[in-house]
Amino acid sequence: MAEAHSPLAQFDIKPLIPIRVGDLDLSFTNSSLFMVLTLVAASTFLVMGMRRHALVPGRWQSITELSYVFIANMVRDTVGAAGRPYFPFIFTVFMFVLFGNMWGMIPYSFTFTSHIIVTFAMAIVVFVGVTVIGFIKHKLHFLSFFMPPGVPLIMAPLLVPIEIISYLSRPISLSVRLFANMLAGHTLLKVFAGFVISLGLFGVVPLAFVVALTGLEIVIAFLQAFVFTILTCLYLNDALHLH
Amino acid sequence: MSDEQTPEPLRSLDARLKDARDRETEGSRARDQAGAPPKSALGLAFRVSVEILAALAVGVGIGWVLDRWLGTGPWLLVTFVLLGGAAGMLNVYRMARGFGYAAGYRKTDAKADNNEGT
Repeated sequence: MAEAHSPLAQFDIKPLIPIRVGDLDLSFTNSSLFMVLTLVAASTFLVMGMRRHALVPGRWQSITELSYVFIANMVRDTVGAAGRPYFPFIFTVFMFVLFGNMWGMIPYSFTFTSHIIVTFAMAIVVFVGVTVIGFIKHKLHFLSFFMPPGVPLIMAPLLVPIEIISYLSRPISLSVRLFANMLAGHTLLKVFAGFVISLGLFGVVPLAFVVALTGLEIVIAFLQAFVFTILTCLYLNDALHLH
Repeated sequence: MSDEQTPEPLRSLDARLKDARDRETEGSRARDQAGAPPKSALGLAFRVSVEILAALAVGVGIGWVLDRWLGTGPWLLVTFVLLGGAAGMLNVYRMARGFGYAAGYRKTDAKADNNEGT
Protein backbone atom coordinates (compact mmCIF):
# COMPACT_ATOMS: atom_id res chain seq x y z
CA MET A 1 0.00 0.00 0.00
CA ALA A 2 2.89 2.31 0.86
CA GLU A 3 4.25 2.46 -2.64
CA ALA A 4 0.84 3.46 -3.97
CA HIS A 5 1.18 6.70 -2.02
CA SER A 6 4.76 7.31 -3.04
CA PRO A 7 5.26 10.72 -4.65
CA LEU A 8 6.91 8.91 -7.55
CA ALA A 9 4.01 6.53 -8.21
CA GLN A 10 2.51 9.10 -10.57
CA PHE A 11 5.36 8.52 -13.01
CA ASP A 12 4.77 4.75 -13.31
CA ILE A 13 4.22 3.50 -16.83
CA LYS A 14 1.22 1.16 -16.90
CA PRO A 15 0.44 -0.81 -20.04
CA LEU A 16 -3.23 -0.39 -20.90
CA ILE A 17 -3.38 -2.53 -24.06
CA PRO A 18 -0.47 -5.01 -24.10
CA ILE A 19 1.00 -5.41 -27.57
CA ARG A 20 4.04 -7.57 -28.20
CA VAL A 21 5.85 -7.72 -31.50
CA GLY A 22 8.56 -10.35 -31.25
CA ASP A 23 10.74 -9.28 -28.32
CA LEU A 24 9.54 -5.69 -28.49
CA ASP A 25 7.07 -4.38 -25.94
CA LEU A 26 4.91 -2.01 -27.93
CA SER A 27 2.11 -1.80 -25.38
CA PHE A 28 -0.26 1.11 -25.47
CA THR A 29 0.57 2.67 -22.10
CA ASN A 30 -0.85 5.51 -20.04
CA SER A 31 1.96 7.60 -21.53
CA SER A 32 0.74 6.83 -25.05
CA LEU A 33 -2.82 7.51 -23.97
CA PHE A 34 -1.92 11.00 -22.83
CA MET A 35 0.05 11.68 -25.98
CA VAL A 36 -3.05 10.77 -27.98
CA LEU A 37 -5.15 12.95 -25.68
CA THR A 38 -2.68 15.79 -26.24
CA LEU A 39 -3.01 15.42 -29.99
CA VAL A 40 -6.79 15.35 -29.73
CA ALA A 41 -6.88 18.37 -27.42
CA ALA A 42 -4.47 20.43 -29.51
CA SER A 43 -6.23 19.56 -32.77
CA THR A 44 -9.63 20.27 -31.27
CA PHE A 45 -8.38 23.55 -29.89
CA LEU A 46 -7.07 24.69 -33.25
CA VAL A 47 -9.60 23.21 -35.65
CA MET A 48 -12.69 24.03 -33.62
CA GLY A 49 -11.32 27.46 -32.80
CA MET A 50 -10.96 28.29 -36.46
CA ARG A 51 -14.16 26.54 -37.57
CA ARG A 52 -16.17 29.72 -37.93
CA HIS A 53 -13.15 31.85 -38.97
CA ALA A 54 -15.11 35.02 -38.46
CA LEU A 55 -13.55 38.33 -39.41
CA VAL A 56 -14.14 39.55 -35.88
CA PRO A 57 -12.94 36.63 -33.78
CA GLY A 58 -14.77 35.35 -30.74
CA ARG A 59 -13.00 34.33 -27.53
CA TRP A 60 -11.95 30.89 -28.67
CA GLN A 61 -10.81 32.06 -32.08
CA SER A 62 -8.86 34.90 -30.43
CA ILE A 63 -6.89 32.44 -28.32
CA THR A 64 -6.21 30.28 -31.36
CA GLU A 65 -5.01 33.25 -33.38
CA LEU A 66 -3.01 34.52 -30.41
CA SER A 67 -1.10 31.27 -30.12
CA TYR A 68 -0.43 31.32 -33.87
CA VAL A 69 0.84 34.91 -33.78
CA PHE A 70 2.87 34.21 -30.65
CA ILE A 71 4.89 31.47 -32.35
CA ALA A 72 4.99 33.29 -35.70
CA ASN A 73 6.54 36.30 -33.98
CA MET A 74 8.97 34.08 -32.11
CA VAL A 75 10.13 32.44 -35.34
CA ARG A 76 10.48 35.80 -37.07
CA ASP A 77 12.33 37.39 -34.15
CA THR A 78 14.80 34.57 -33.64
CA VAL A 79 15.28 33.07 -37.11
CA GLY A 80 14.08 35.83 -39.44
CA ALA A 81 12.42 35.38 -42.81
CA ALA A 82 14.46 32.24 -43.50
CA GLY A 83 12.58 30.48 -40.72
CA ARG A 84 9.15 30.69 -42.36
CA PRO A 85 9.27 27.21 -43.96
CA TYR A 86 9.92 25.66 -40.54
CA PHE A 87 7.04 27.39 -38.81
CA PRO A 88 4.64 24.39 -38.99
CA PHE A 89 7.14 22.15 -37.24
CA ILE A 90 7.96 24.69 -34.54
CA PHE A 91 4.29 25.42 -33.93
CA THR A 92 3.59 21.70 -33.63
CA VAL A 93 6.42 21.23 -31.14
CA PHE A 94 5.12 24.12 -29.05
CA MET A 95 1.53 22.89 -29.06
CA PHE A 96 2.52 19.31 -28.26
CA VAL A 97 4.74 20.23 -25.32
CA LEU A 98 2.32 22.87 -24.02
CA PHE A 99 -0.75 20.64 -24.15
CA GLY A 100 1.23 17.71 -22.76
CA ASN A 101 2.34 19.83 -19.81
CA MET A 102 -1.17 21.16 -19.28
CA TRP A 103 -2.76 17.70 -19.34
CA GLY A 104 -0.30 16.82 -16.62
CA MET A 105 -1.68 19.59 -14.43
CA ILE A 106 -5.05 17.84 -14.20
CA PRO A 107 -5.11 15.66 -11.05
CA TYR A 108 -4.82 11.89 -11.65
CA SER A 109 -3.47 12.45 -15.14
CA PHE A 110 -0.07 11.42 -16.44
CA THR A 111 2.64 13.87 -17.50
CA PHE A 112 4.53 12.30 -20.38
CA THR A 113 6.98 15.23 -20.51
CA SER A 114 8.29 14.11 -17.10
CA HIS A 115 9.97 11.12 -18.77
CA ILE A 116 13.40 11.87 -20.14
CA ILE A 117 13.06 9.41 -22.99
CA VAL A 118 10.10 11.38 -24.35
CA THR A 119 11.79 14.77 -24.13
CA PHE A 120 15.08 13.34 -25.36
CA ALA A 121 13.39 11.78 -28.38
CA MET A 122 11.91 15.17 -29.26
CA ALA A 123 15.24 16.92 -28.66
CA ILE A 124 17.15 14.44 -30.81
CA VAL A 125 14.65 14.91 -33.66
CA VAL A 126 15.21 18.67 -33.43
CA PHE A 127 18.98 18.21 -33.18
CA VAL A 128 19.33 15.80 -36.10
CA GLY A 129 16.90 17.82 -38.20
CA VAL A 130 18.73 21.07 -37.57
CA THR A 131 22.10 19.45 -38.33
CA VAL A 132 20.80 17.99 -41.59
CA ILE A 133 19.33 21.38 -42.57
CA GLY A 134 22.69 22.99 -41.81
CA PHE A 135 24.53 20.50 -44.03
CA ILE A 136 21.99 20.90 -46.85
CA LYS A 137 22.15 24.70 -46.73
CA HIS A 138 25.90 25.10 -46.33
CA LYS A 139 27.31 21.76 -47.54
CA LEU A 140 30.66 21.18 -45.83
CA HIS A 141 30.94 24.83 -44.83
CA PHE A 142 28.74 23.85 -41.93
CA LEU A 143 31.83 22.30 -40.36
CA SER A 144 33.29 25.79 -39.97
CA PHE A 145 30.78 25.99 -37.13
CA PHE A 146 33.30 24.10 -35.02
CA MET A 147 36.26 26.29 -35.90
CA PRO A 148 35.54 29.88 -34.91
CA PRO A 149 37.21 32.50 -37.10
CA GLY A 150 40.34 34.16 -35.78
CA VAL A 151 41.55 31.15 -33.83
CA PRO A 152 45.20 30.20 -34.37
CA LEU A 153 45.52 26.92 -36.26
CA ILE A 154 47.64 25.43 -33.47
CA MET A 155 44.63 25.60 -31.15
CA ALA A 156 42.42 23.62 -33.54
CA PRO A 157 43.17 20.10 -32.19
CA LEU A 158 42.04 21.24 -28.74
CA LEU A 159 39.23 23.59 -29.70
CA VAL A 160 37.46 21.52 -32.35
CA PRO A 161 36.71 18.56 -30.02
CA ILE A 162 35.53 20.97 -27.33
CA GLU A 163 33.21 22.72 -29.78
CA ILE A 164 31.89 19.39 -31.03
CA ILE A 165 31.18 18.19 -27.48
CA SER A 166 29.53 21.53 -26.76
CA TYR A 167 27.37 21.06 -29.86
CA LEU A 168 26.50 17.47 -28.99
CA SER A 169 25.48 18.50 -25.47
CA ARG A 170 22.62 20.55 -26.92
CA PRO A 171 19.96 17.83 -27.16
CA ILE A 172 20.84 16.69 -23.64
CA SER A 173 20.52 20.12 -22.06
CA LEU A 174 17.38 20.75 -24.13
CA SER A 175 15.67 17.58 -22.95
CA VAL A 176 16.95 17.60 -19.38
CA ARG A 177 15.60 21.10 -18.80
CA LEU A 178 12.02 20.18 -19.72
CA PHE A 179 12.07 16.75 -18.07
CA ALA A 180 13.68 17.90 -14.81
CA ASN A 181 11.31 20.82 -14.39
CA MET A 182 8.24 18.66 -14.87
CA LEU A 183 9.58 15.82 -12.71
CA ALA A 184 10.64 18.09 -9.85
CA GLY A 185 7.45 20.14 -9.90
CA HIS A 186 5.10 17.17 -9.89
CA THR A 187 7.09 15.34 -7.21
CA LEU A 188 7.02 18.45 -5.04
CA LEU A 189 3.26 18.74 -5.46
CA LYS A 190 2.75 15.13 -4.40
CA VAL A 191 5.11 15.44 -1.41
CA PHE A 192 3.24 18.47 -0.08
CA ALA A 193 -0.10 16.84 -0.79
CA GLY A 194 1.08 13.90 1.33
CA PHE A 195 1.65 16.24 4.29
CA VAL A 196 -1.93 17.50 4.17
CA ILE A 197 -3.39 14.29 5.61
CA SER A 198 -0.57 13.36 7.97
CA LEU A 199 -0.52 16.76 9.69
CA GLY A 200 -4.22 16.61 10.54
CA LEU A 201 -5.53 20.04 11.46
CA PHE A 202 -2.27 21.75 10.57
CA GLY A 203 -2.60 20.29 7.10
CA VAL A 204 -4.11 23.61 6.08
CA VAL A 205 -0.57 25.01 5.75
CA PRO A 206 0.68 22.48 3.18
CA LEU A 207 -2.72 22.65 1.48
CA ALA A 208 -2.23 26.37 0.92
CA PHE A 209 1.23 25.58 -0.32
CA VAL A 210 -0.10 23.04 -2.81
CA VAL A 211 -2.59 25.58 -4.13
CA ALA A 212 0.19 28.13 -4.64
CA LEU A 213 2.49 25.51 -6.16
CA THR A 214 -0.21 24.44 -8.60
CA GLY A 215 -0.38 27.99 -9.90
CA LEU A 216 3.40 28.07 -10.16
CA GLU A 217 3.40 24.71 -11.94
CA ILE A 218 0.98 26.01 -14.57
CA VAL A 219 3.34 28.92 -15.19
CA ILE A 220 6.29 26.51 -15.42
CA ALA A 221 4.35 24.23 -17.78
CA PHE A 222 3.87 27.16 -20.14
CA LEU A 223 7.38 28.52 -19.61
CA GLN A 224 9.08 25.21 -20.35
CA ALA A 225 7.07 24.76 -23.54
CA PHE A 226 8.18 28.27 -24.48
CA VAL A 227 11.84 27.57 -23.62
CA PHE A 228 11.83 24.31 -25.56
CA THR A 229 10.40 26.09 -28.60
CA ILE A 230 12.66 29.13 -28.49
CA LEU A 231 15.74 26.93 -28.13
CA THR A 232 14.58 24.99 -31.19
CA CYS A 233 14.36 28.34 -33.01
CA LEU A 234 17.83 29.37 -31.83
CA TYR A 235 19.38 26.10 -32.98
CA LEU A 236 17.63 26.47 -36.32
CA ASN A 237 18.93 30.02 -36.56
CA ASP A 238 22.49 28.81 -35.98
CA ALA A 239 22.14 26.24 -38.74
CA LEU A 240 20.58 28.65 -41.24
CA HIS A 241 22.86 31.62 -40.60
CA LEU A 242 26.46 30.58 -40.23
CA HIS A 243 28.85 33.22 -39.00
CA MET B 1 -10.55 70.04 -45.25
CA SER B 2 -7.35 72.09 -45.22
CA ASP B 3 -4.09 71.25 -46.98
CA GLU B 4 -2.15 70.71 -43.77
CA GLN B 5 -4.34 67.84 -42.69
CA THR B 6 -2.90 64.55 -43.83
CA PRO B 7 -5.53 62.02 -44.89
CA GLU B 8 -6.29 59.47 -42.18
CA PRO B 9 -4.95 56.32 -43.92
CA LEU B 10 -1.62 58.02 -44.62
CA ARG B 11 -1.20 59.17 -41.06
CA SER B 12 -1.87 55.70 -39.74
CA LEU B 13 0.55 54.39 -42.37
CA ASP B 14 3.30 56.38 -40.70
CA ALA B 15 2.46 54.85 -37.34
CA ARG B 16 2.28 51.40 -38.86
CA LEU B 17 5.66 51.81 -40.54
CA LYS B 18 7.18 52.92 -37.26
CA ASP B 19 5.60 49.93 -35.54
CA ALA B 20 7.07 47.58 -38.13
CA ARG B 21 10.53 49.11 -37.76
CA ASP B 22 10.31 48.93 -33.98
CA ARG B 23 9.38 45.30 -34.24
CA GLU B 24 12.40 44.63 -36.41
CA THR B 25 14.77 46.08 -33.83
CA GLU B 26 12.86 44.33 -31.09
CA GLY B 27 13.50 41.12 -32.92
CA SER B 28 17.21 41.14 -32.23
CA ARG B 29 16.48 42.11 -28.64
CA ALA B 30 14.23 39.08 -28.20
CA ARG B 31 17.03 36.90 -29.52
CA ASP B 32 19.49 38.43 -27.06
CA GLN B 33 17.08 37.95 -24.19
CA ALA B 34 16.60 34.31 -25.06
CA GLY B 35 20.35 33.79 -24.84
CA ALA B 36 20.81 35.89 -21.73
CA PRO B 37 21.19 34.19 -18.34
CA PRO B 38 17.92 33.74 -16.42
CA LYS B 39 17.07 36.37 -13.86
CA SER B 40 16.25 34.24 -10.81
CA ALA B 41 19.13 32.70 -8.89
CA LEU B 42 17.50 29.26 -8.88
CA GLY B 43 16.99 29.35 -12.63
CA LEU B 44 20.59 30.39 -13.12
CA ALA B 45 21.93 27.64 -10.86
CA PHE B 46 19.76 25.05 -12.60
CA ARG B 47 20.84 26.14 -16.04
CA VAL B 48 24.55 26.22 -15.15
CA SER B 49 24.39 22.72 -13.68
CA VAL B 50 22.47 21.36 -16.66
CA GLU B 51 24.99 22.87 -19.08
CA ILE B 52 28.01 21.44 -17.27
CA LEU B 53 26.43 18.03 -16.73
CA ALA B 54 25.25 17.72 -20.33
CA ALA B 55 28.69 18.48 -21.73
CA LEU B 56 30.36 16.15 -19.21
CA ALA B 57 27.91 13.38 -20.06
CA VAL B 58 28.69 13.73 -23.76
CA GLY B 59 32.44 13.67 -22.99
CA VAL B 60 32.13 10.55 -20.84
CA GLY B 61 29.94 8.89 -23.47
CA ILE B 62 32.33 9.55 -26.33
CA GLY B 63 35.38 8.51 -24.30
CA TRP B 64 33.77 5.33 -23.04
CA VAL B 65 32.51 4.23 -26.46
CA LEU B 66 35.86 4.99 -28.15
CA ASP B 67 37.72 3.12 -25.40
CA ARG B 68 35.53 0.05 -25.84
CA TRP B 69 35.84 0.24 -29.58
CA LEU B 70 39.60 0.83 -29.80
CA GLY B 71 40.55 -0.98 -26.60
CA THR B 72 42.79 1.87 -25.48
CA GLY B 73 42.37 1.38 -21.76
CA PRO B 74 41.11 4.32 -19.77
CA TRP B 75 43.08 6.96 -21.65
CA LEU B 76 40.50 8.22 -24.13
CA LEU B 77 37.92 8.31 -21.33
CA VAL B 78 40.24 10.48 -19.25
CA THR B 79 40.91 12.78 -22.22
CA PHE B 80 37.27 13.18 -23.12
CA VAL B 81 36.18 13.78 -19.53
CA LEU B 82 38.60 16.71 -19.47
CA LEU B 83 37.40 17.93 -22.87
CA GLY B 84 33.78 17.53 -21.75
CA GLY B 85 34.47 19.59 -18.65
CA ALA B 86 36.07 22.25 -20.81
CA ALA B 87 33.07 22.23 -23.14
CA GLY B 88 30.76 22.59 -20.14
CA MET B 89 32.75 25.57 -18.91
CA LEU B 90 32.58 27.02 -22.42
CA ASN B 91 28.79 26.61 -22.43
CA VAL B 92 28.48 28.33 -19.07
CA TYR B 93 30.82 31.10 -20.15
CA ARG B 94 28.78 31.69 -23.29
CA MET B 95 25.56 31.69 -21.32
CA ALA B 96 26.95 34.15 -18.78
CA ARG B 97 28.19 36.46 -21.51
CA GLY B 98 24.83 36.25 -23.26
CA PHE B 99 26.05 34.47 -26.39
CA GLY B 100 23.15 32.08 -26.10
CA TYR B 101 23.80 28.57 -27.25
CA ALA B 102 25.55 29.41 -30.45
CA ALA B 103 28.75 27.60 -31.04
CA GLY B 104 31.25 30.02 -32.50
CA TYR B 105 31.76 33.65 -31.75
CA ARG B 106 29.42 35.53 -34.07
CA LYS B 107 28.55 38.05 -31.43
CA THR B 108 32.12 38.72 -30.33
CA ASP B 109 33.00 39.71 -33.87
CA ALA B 110 30.47 42.50 -33.71
CA LYS B 111 31.64 43.50 -30.27
CA ALA B 112 35.35 43.15 -30.86
CA ASP B 113 35.52 46.39 -32.83
CA ASN B 114 33.88 48.31 -30.03
CA ASN B 115 36.11 46.80 -27.39
CA GLU B 116 39.29 47.56 -29.26
CA GLY B 117 38.33 51.20 -29.45
CA THR B 118 37.75 51.55 -25.71
